[in-house]
Amino acid sequence: MNYFMRTIMSITAFVVVGMVSQAMATELVVVSWGGAYTASQQNAYHQPYMDRTPGVKIVNDDSAGSAVAKLRAMKQAGNTTWDLVDAVASDAMMLCDEGLVDEIDHNSVLANGADGSSATEDFGDFIVSPCFIPQIVYSTTFGYRKDKVSRPMKSVCDVFDLKSFPGKRSLEKKPINNLEWALICDGVSPSKVYDVLGTDAGVRRALAKLDTIKSSVVWWTAGAQTPQLLADGEVVVGSTYNGRLFALIEEQKQPVAMLWDWQVFDLDGWVVPSEGKNKAEVMKYLRFATDTQRLADQAKFISYGPTRASSAPMVGNHAKLGIAMAPHMPTDPNNAKTTLLFNYEFWADNRDDLDAKFNAWLLK
Amino acid sequence: MILHDYDYEIYASLREEAQDKLKITYVTDRYGNYIPDIENITSAQEEWLLKKVEEARKIKVNVSSLPPYLSIPERIWHYTFWIICGAVLFFLIFPLLVIIPLSFNEVPFFTFTKKMLAFDPDGYSLQWYNDFFTSLNWQGAVRNSVFIAFFATIISTFLGTLASLGLSRPHMPYRTLIMSLLISPMIVPLIISAAGMFFFYSRIGLQGTHLGVILAHAALGTPFVVITVTATLTGFDNNLIRASQSLGAPPTTTFFKVIVPLITPGVISGALFAFVTSFDEVVVVLFVGSYKQRTIPWQMFSGIREQISPTILSAATLLILITIGMLTTLELLRRRTERLRGVTPS
Amino acid sequence: MEKNQENISLVTADGTPLKISLARAQRRSKIIAFLMVFPLLLFITIAFIGPIADMLMLSVDNSIVKKILPKSAEALQKWDEYSGQLPDEEVFAAIVEEIKQAKASKQHTKIGSRFNYESSGFSSLFRKTGRKVKKIKSPPFKDGLIKADKRWGEIYTWQVIKQNSSNYTDGYYLAALDFKREFSSGNIKSLESKDSIYLKLFFRTILLSTLITFLTFVIGFPLSYMLSSVSTRISNILIIFVLLPFWTSLLVRTTSWIALLQQEGVINDFLLLVGFINEDGRLAMIHNATGTVVAMTHILLPFMVLPLFSVMKTIPKSYVRAAISLGAHPWKAFWKIYFPNTGPGIGAGSILVFILAIGYYITPALVGGSSGTFISNRIAYHISSSLNWGLGSAIGVILLGIVLLFFVLYHRIVGINNMKLG
Repeated sequence: MNYFMRTIMSITAFVVVGMVSQAMATELVVVSWGGAYTASQQNAYHQPYMDRTPGVKIVNDDSAGSAVAKLRAMKQAGNTTWDLVDAVASDAMMLCDEGLVDEIDHNSVLANGADGSSATEDFGDFIVSPCFIPQIVYSTTFGYRKDKVSRPMKSVCDVFDLKSFPGKRSLEKKPINNLEWALICDGVSPSKVYDVLGTDAGVRRALAKLDTIKSSVVWWTAGAQTPQLLADGEVVVGSTYNGRLFALIEEQKQPVAMLWDWQVFDLDGWVVPSEGKNKAEVMKYLRFATDTQRLADQAKFISYGPTRASSAPMVGNHAKLGIAMAPHMPTDPNNAKTTLLFNYEFWADNRDDLDAKFNAWLLK
Repeated sequence: MILHDYDYEIYASLREEAQDKLKITYVTDRYGNYIPDIENITSAQEEWLLKKVEEARKIKVNVSSLPPYLSIPERIWHYTFWIICGAVLFFLIFPLLVIIPLSFNEVPFFTFTKKMLAFDPDGYSLQWYNDFFTSLNWQGAVRNSVFIAFFATIISTFLGTLASLGLSRPHMPYRTLIMSLLISPMIVPLIISAAGMFFFYSRIGLQGTHLGVILAHAALGTPFVVITVTATLTGFDNNLIRASQSLGAPPTTTFFKVIVPLITPGVISGALFAFVTSFDEVVVVLFVGSYKQRTIPWQMFSGIREQISPTILSAATLLILITIGMLTTLELLRRRTERLRGVTPS
Repeated sequence: MEKNQENISLVTADGTPLKISLARAQRRSKIIAFLMVFPLLLFITIAFIGPIADMLMLSVDNSIVKKILPKSAEALQKWDEYSGQLPDEEVFAAIVEEIKQAKASKQHTKIGSRFNYESSGFSSLFRKTGRKVKKIKSPPFKDGLIKADKRWGEIYTWQVIKQNSSNYTDGYYLAALDFKREFSSGNIKSLESKDSIYLKLFFRTILLSTLITFLTFVIGFPLSYMLSSVSTRISNILIIFVLLPFWTSLLVRTTSWIALLQQEGVINDFLLLVGFINEDGRLAMIHNATGTVVAMTHILLPFMVLPLFSVMKTIPKSYVRAAISLGAHPWKAFWKIYFPNTGPGIGAGSILVFILAIGYYITPALVGGSSGTFISNRIAYHISSSLNWGLGSAIGVILLGIVLLFFVLYHRIVGINNMKLG
C-alpha cells in the first residue's frame, strides 16, 4: 500500500508541475485547419511574432472544422478558451450575426498597406463582414494523377467523363460546389447556375448528372483526404483546396497535376471570439500578422493568394523549394480563366434543404 | 499444488487404478462427473493422485496429440478446425502487427513502399517517433491523457467500489433498477452520451475544461468498476464479516482486514478498465473537450482527419506496447487472485 | 423467519421482540446499503443522466420563438392562417419591433435559422429584414415590411411562423422520421422514398449491425470453443490474442484497417503478388460498406468471444461424450447437446455486439465512405456541422430508444447482474 500511495503521489506531482509550468507565458490559442495550412501560418505569422515578442506563446488548435459549434458551446459555458479563430467567410458571417465574434474597426486595428493605403482600401471587397479580417483567397479545385490518365484533364467536365477517364474520383461529401459543377457540365450557363439550383427541377438535374459518376465517387469530409487518396492511388482525380494539392505536387513530388477549370473561390480569415480572454494581445498580433509583408510571406509556404492588394507584387519564391509562387496562385490569370465565387446568400438559405436532398440522393 | 474437482477428465482415466489399487472412493459431483472424494482421502492417496494429475496435465498440454481411435474424417475435421481457429487468431492480431512496420515509414503515407518491402534501410526512418517525442501537440496530448485518465480513474474507482459494496449487501432495495442506471453509461451509444454532455456541460460551464472531461470519463468508467467489483463480491462469503464482528473487531478493522484484501484484485482490475476507457476514449473528448484537453486519441483523430502522417502510427505502436504492459499486469493479478481463491474455503 | 413466526414471544437481550429487532436491523442494513450506493447514483445522475435528459429537452424545445418574437406569436394566435388573408397590421407592427430588438441583440439570424429548418428561405428573410428593418419607422408597418422583403406579403411565410410558435415542437422528430409538415394545409405527409434519409439510415444501421453481429458469431464461436477445450494454461496464453485487440485503441485498429484495405494497401498488394487480381482489378474494400463491416467485425469480435468463452468453460465435455457413447453421431451430439447449452453466451455476446455496433461512429466515419455510414454519423454531423441541434438530438433519442429496447432484451436473456468482463 505504501508503495502504491507513493506512486500516486509522484504521478500527481508530475501532473501538477506540468500544469503549472504550462500556465507561465501568455498563451494565445489560435484555431485553424491543421496540416500544411497551419504550418504556413506557423512559419509566416506565429514564429516571427513569437521571436519578436517574448512572453507570448502561440499554440495551434486544429479544430476550425467545428468552430461554430464549439464557439456557441464555449460562449454558453462562459468559458471561451480560444483567442483567435481562422474561419471561412460564410462561417465568419454567421458568427458575426450571432454576436459570437467581435466587430473590428479594420482601419484602426490593422496596419496600413505597404503602399500607404488604408486597411479597408487595401482589402477592398474581401471584407465581407464587419467581423472578418481577410487572410487568403483559396479555391476548391481538382487534382488528377498524371500517370493514370490517357491525356491531361483540361475541363471540370472530364471529372464526369468516366469513358475517357475511368477510375474513382473523390468529391466533398456535401452539395456545395458539386451541384454547381454538375449543372455547368450539364450545359447550364455558369451565370445562371444559382437560378437553376433554386428550383426543384434544377436540383434534380444536378443530382441526375452526379448520378452518372456516383458509383465511382469516394466522398471526403476533410481536406487532407483527397491528397492521401491521390497519393495512395485510390482515386484518379479529386477535389480539394488548391493549397493541399500544391503541397502534394511540389513538396511530396507525387505524380499529380492541377485541373483549374471552374475552381470555386472562397475567402478565409480571422475572427476574434467575443469572450476571448487575451484580446489586447490578440489585436497586437493581428496588426502584425495581417500586414502586407506577412500576408505575402504566407504565400511562400502555401499556394493561397494574399487578400491585400498591396501584397500581390511581393509574392516571391517558395521558402524551401525556391520556385516562383505566383503561377501556383488560384488568382493567377492562367489559372483563373473560369471561376465561380462562393454564393454565401444562396447557401445560407438552402444549405439545410439541399443537404437533406443530397444525402437522400447519396442513400439511394 | 492442490487437488481440484474440475480435473474430472483426468480422474475418470485414473478411476480403475485408483479404486482397485489405492481404494479411493469416487463420488458424483454436481455436474454428474465421477471424481475422487477429495475431502475424505488419506495423505498417501492424495500424494498418489497429485502425482498422477500432474503427469496427466503434462500430456494434456500437448494438444495436437489425438486419441488413437479417431477415424480419418474426424482427423481431417480436427485439423481443419485448428486451421480455422488459427486463421481467426491471425485475423485478430494481424491488423495490430501491420501498424508497427508502417510507423517506421519514410514517406508520409500509410502505404508500404517498394524500399520497405525490399528491406532497404533507406525505406525506414525514425522521423515519426522523433515527431511524436518533440511535437508540442503530442507532448500535451500525453500529459492530458495521463492527467485526465488518472483523476477519472480515481473518481470512478472510489464511487464505483463504494456502490458495489452497497449493491452486494443482502438487503439492497431496487437493486436491478439501480444497477441498470449505474451501468447505463456503458450501454448508451457514445455519440449520444457525447452529444448530451456537449449540450449539458456547456450549460453548466464545464465544456472545454479539464474538470468536464474528467467527470465525463469518470461517468463512462464507473460501469466497469461496478461490474468487476460486484462480480468479485458475488463469491464473497458474508460469514467472514460476521465471524470478524463476532470476534469483536470494530467495523473499520473488519473493512480493512477482511473486505479490502478480498476485493482488491477486483478493484484494481476495475480501475484498469476505467483507466483504459478514459485513455482510449475519443468521441466524448472531441465534444466535451477542446484543444487544451486534447488527449492522445483526440490528437490521433484530428491527425487521421486533418493531417495524415505516420506520427499517429508511431503513437499507435507505443500504445500497443502500453497495452501489452497492462495485459501482463492483469494476467499477473488474475493469477494472484486464483492463488488466493485456492486457499479460501468455498 | 418461519421459526420466528411460530415463536412470537422470543426477545433479544434488551427485551425488544426479535421480530421487531430483526426488521429494524434489516431496515438499517437497507439504509446503509443505499447510502453506499447514493454517491455514485448522484454522480451518474448529474454527470450522465442530466446530459441525456438535456438532449431529450433539446429535441422538442422551441422556446426561442416565444423568447424572441413574444408579441408577434401572441398576436398571430388571433389570425386564421387558412383564411386566405394576411395577418393584421398589429402583427406586422409587433414583428417589426421585435426584429429591431432581435437585430440589436444579434438574435435575428438565430430565429431565421430556426424557421429555416422547417422551410428553406427563412435564413435570408430574417437576415435581409434585419438589415433593412431600421428604416421602417412609421406605420403602416405592413407596407414597410413587404417593401423590405416581398416574402412578408406571402401568406405562407406567416403560416410557417404561426405553426412553429409554441414552446415545444414535434418538427425535429417529424424530420428524423422522414415526415414533412405542409404549412399551407397543416398536414403531415411522409417523404417520398427517394427523399427519405433517416429511415433508410436507421434501417441500414440495423441491417449492417445484424450482419456484423452474425459475422462475429460465426468467427467467434469456433475460437471460443477451441479456447474452452484446451487446457487453462494454453487458453490463458491464447486469450491474449483476444484481449490485445480488445484493449488496443479503437483508432489504432481503424487506422490499421485503412492501411490494410485501401487500393494500394497490404491486402490488395498481396492478392496482386499471388496473381489473384491484376493491377486494374484492385478491389475496393474501403470507403464503402465492406470497409465498415470488416473493420467493425474485427473491433467487436472480442465482445462476442469473451461471453461465449466464459459460458463454454462451464459446460462439461462429458455431456457430449455421453451422447456419443450412447450412439449419437458426433455432429448430432454437438448440435443437440452442446450447442443449446451455449445459448446464454450466444445471447449475451450477440446483444452486446449489436448494441455497441448500432451506436458506432468513429469507424464508419473513417472507413465507411457513403455506403457504410451509420445513423450516428448523422447525429455528429448535425451537432458539429449543420448545427441543427434539435434534429441531431431527435435522431439521438430515437436511437437511444432502439438501444434500450435491446438492453431490456439483454436483461431478460442474461440479467444485468450476471454481467462479466473477460
